[in-house]
Amino acid sequence: MNTTSAQVNRISTAPIPLLEVIGLTTEFHTAKGIVPANKNVSLGVERGKTLGIVGESGSGKSVLCRSILRLLPTPPAKIVNGEILFEGKDLLKLPEEDMRSIRGKDITMIFQDPMTCLNPVYRIGTQITESLRLVQHISASQAREISIDLLHQVGIPSPEKRVDNYPHQLSGGMRQRAMIAMAISSKPKLLLADEPTTALDVTIQDQILALMLDLQVQVGMSIILVSHDLGIVAETSDRVAVMYAGQVMEYAVTEAIFNQPRHPYTVGLLKSIPRMEGGDHRLIPIQGQPPNLLRLPKGCPFVDRCPVADPEVCANTPIELREIERGHYTACLFPEKVSA
Amino acid sequence: MSDTILDVEGLKKHFDVPRPFFDALLGKPGQVLVAVDGVSLTVERHETLGLVGESGCGKSTLARCILRLYEPSEGVIIFNGLDITKASASTMRDVRRKMQIVFQDPYSSLNPRMTVRQTLTEVLRFHKVCARAEEETYLQRTMKMVGLTPDAVDKFPKSFSGGQRQRIALARALVMQPTLLVADEPVSALDVSIQAQVLNLLADLRSELGLTLIFIAHELSVVKHVSTRVAVMYLGKIVEMGTTEEVFEKTQHPYTEALLSALPHPVPVRRQRKAALEGDIPSPLDIPKGCRFHPRCPIAEEICRTNEPPLRQISPTHQLLCHLRPSNWEQARSVKNNTTP
Repeated sequence: MNTTSAQVNRISTAPIPLLEVIGLTTEFHTAKGIVPANKNVSLGVERGKTLGIVGESGSGKSVLCRSILRLLPTPPAKIVNGEILFEGKDLLKLPEEDMRSIRGKDITMIFQDPMTCLNPVYRIGTQITESLRLVQHISASQAREISIDLLHQVGIPSPEKRVDNYPHQLSGGMRQRAMIAMAISSKPKLLLADEPTTALDVTIQDQILALMLDLQVQVGMSIILVSHDLGIVAETSDRVAVMYAGQVMEYAVTEAIFNQPRHPYTVGLLKSIPRMEGGDHRLIPIQGQPPNLLRLPKGCPFVDRCPVADPEVCANTPIELREIERGHYTACLFPEKVSA
Repeated sequence: MSDTILDVEGLKKHFDVPRPFFDALLGKPGQVLVAVDGVSLTVERHETLGLVGESGCGKSTLARCILRLYEPSEGVIIFNGLDITKASASTMRDVRRKMQIVFQDPYSSLNPRMTVRQTLTEVLRFHKVCARAEEETYLQRTMKMVGLTPDAVDKFPKSFSGGQRQRIALARALVMQPTLLVADEPVSALDVSIQAQVLNLLADLRSELGLTLIFIAHELSVVKHVSTRVAVMYLGKIVEMGTTEEVFEKTQHPYTEALLSALPHPVPVRRQRKAALEGDIPSPLDIPKGCRFHPRCPIAEEICRTNEPPLRQISPTHQLLCHLRPSNWEQARSVKNNTTP
C-alpha cells in the first residue's frame, strides 16, 4: 500500500548503506491534534561513516533517532509510514524480541544529558556491562574487568577506582565518557549520538568529539551525529541532513552542504551564525519564527520565512527530496534561485 | 579622554558551602567556594566588554556582584563615579535604574502570571520613572524598540517563543533607559536562526541608545561578534583581557589558545582531532596552587606549579596572567627599561 510512495522517496547512496530510512513519517497524537514530528524522512548512513543531522529545536532530529530504535512510546507516538532498513531488514517490521537484540547491541545510543541517562543508584561499572550481561554469560568479576577496560578506552583516569563510583561522583565530561563506554561495549555497528556534547564546555566537547571519532575507527562503526551546532557537523560528518519542522530539507555530502547549499534554509542557517574568521559583519538572520507543527502548510514548512519562495506555489505543493546533482538532494522547489 | 562607567577593583566572592551536620558538630571547618578571586576591570562608556569562560569560571557571579545581586566578599565597585560596594538599599534602588541585567533563560526569568504590560509597568512604577499617564508611551516605545508588535503587551509569556521572550526580557531591562546593560548568556538558550535576530537587536540598541554592554557568553564566536573588548576568565580570575583583536588574533594565554582551537568551525574540513586540553576543569572548592591553569596547561613549567603568575600589562590595552607568555617578555621589558631612562 505505502510501498510505492516509499520507493519514490528512496535515496540512493552509492554502496549499500548500513542503515536506510525511507519515507519515515512519525506522528504524535496529542490532545491538540496530530503533530507530524517526522514527515517523509529519507536518508542513509554508510558503513564506517558519519551522518550529521542538523536542525533547530523541534525539527525532529531526536524523534528520528528514537524512531530508528523504536524507543518512542505508542501512544502518543505512531510511526504511520516508511521503512527503516538496517542491513536490509526493516526494523519496523521486526518483532519486539528481535528488536531487543539489536537495540543496545548492533545499534546503541548516547544522549545529550548524561546525568539523566545514568541511573544514580547504580555504580558506573555495573551500568556499563548491564547490557552485555543480558546477552552474554559473563561472571561479575569478568564484567568488572571489561568495565575497567572500557573506562580506560574512553580515557577516564584511574578506571579501577572509577568503576565503583556512582554517577554523581563524576564530572559532566566523565559521565559522557562513561555513557560512550556503555554504548561501545557491544562493539555496535551504528551509534546514534543525540547532541552528545551540548551540555558540555567547549574544551570538554573537544575531548569527547576526538574520542568518538577515535573509537569510530577502532570499532569500525557508523555514527549518526545529531547536533544543532553547524561547526560540529562540518568537522565530523561525511554527509549531512538538514532538518526543519520534521522534514529533511537538504541532504548531501558535507562539502556540498557548506560550500554549495541548495536550500534557502541551509543558506539562512549558514548566514546567521557568527564566525571567528573574517571581520565585523552584520548577521543575516532568518526572518520570523519556526512554524507550529500543528498548523503546517500543505507545502513547504519554510515558506513563511523563505526569501526565494513563491508563496502561492510553495505553500501548496507538497515537498519531496529531489536529486539535483549527483548525491545532492534538496526539498526546495526552486533550487536555482538559491545562492550561498 | 576616557569615560569610565564602571571600575571594579580586586573583586572577590566566596561562598560558604554548608557543612554536613556531623561535621559541624565535630567542629570541622567548612569549605569555601571561591567563585570570583580578585577581578579588576574597567568598562568605558559605549563599549561592549565580552566575558568568556567555561561553566564555573565565575563569569555570572562576577556579573551579579557588579549589580550587587550578590554581596561581594572583597573589593570595590565604582559605577558612574559612585562607590556602590557598600551602598544602602535605597541608593542601590536609584543606581539600578541605570544598570540592568538580562538573564539566560527567558522561560524562567519572566513571571508566567504577568502580562507583558504588567511586567513592564511594575518596573516603571517601582522606579518611579514616569507619571501613570505617560506609561503607555513608555510601553509602546519600548515594545517597538525590541521589535515586538504593540498588541503583544496584553499577552502572557506562554504565548511567546523563546526569541520573543528574550525580547520581552530586554524590554523590561530597557524600559527605564539604563546606561549599563549586563547580558548574561542572552542567546545561549535560543536556536541559531533566532540567536542572530537577538544579536542584531542588541547591536542596534547599543548604537541607538548609546548603551554600554557587558556581554557574558561561553561561545567564542558570539563574544567575538559583539564585543569591542574581551576578558577571558578561568576559575575566578581573568587570565587574558584586551581588545577583541588582541585576544583573538594576538592570543597570548595558553587557555585562550585552547578555547580557540577547541572551537568547531562551520567549515567542512576534517580536522585531525587531538583534544586541545586534557583533563577537567578543577573544582572551585580546591583551586590548584601556583597558576590555576597549570594542571591542564600544555606549556606549564616548574614555576607555574609553585608561584601565582603576576598580571602583566603587555600592551596599553592587553593584560595577561601567565608566567611564560609573551615568550619575549623579559627581553621586551629590558629594551623598554633601556629606552626610558
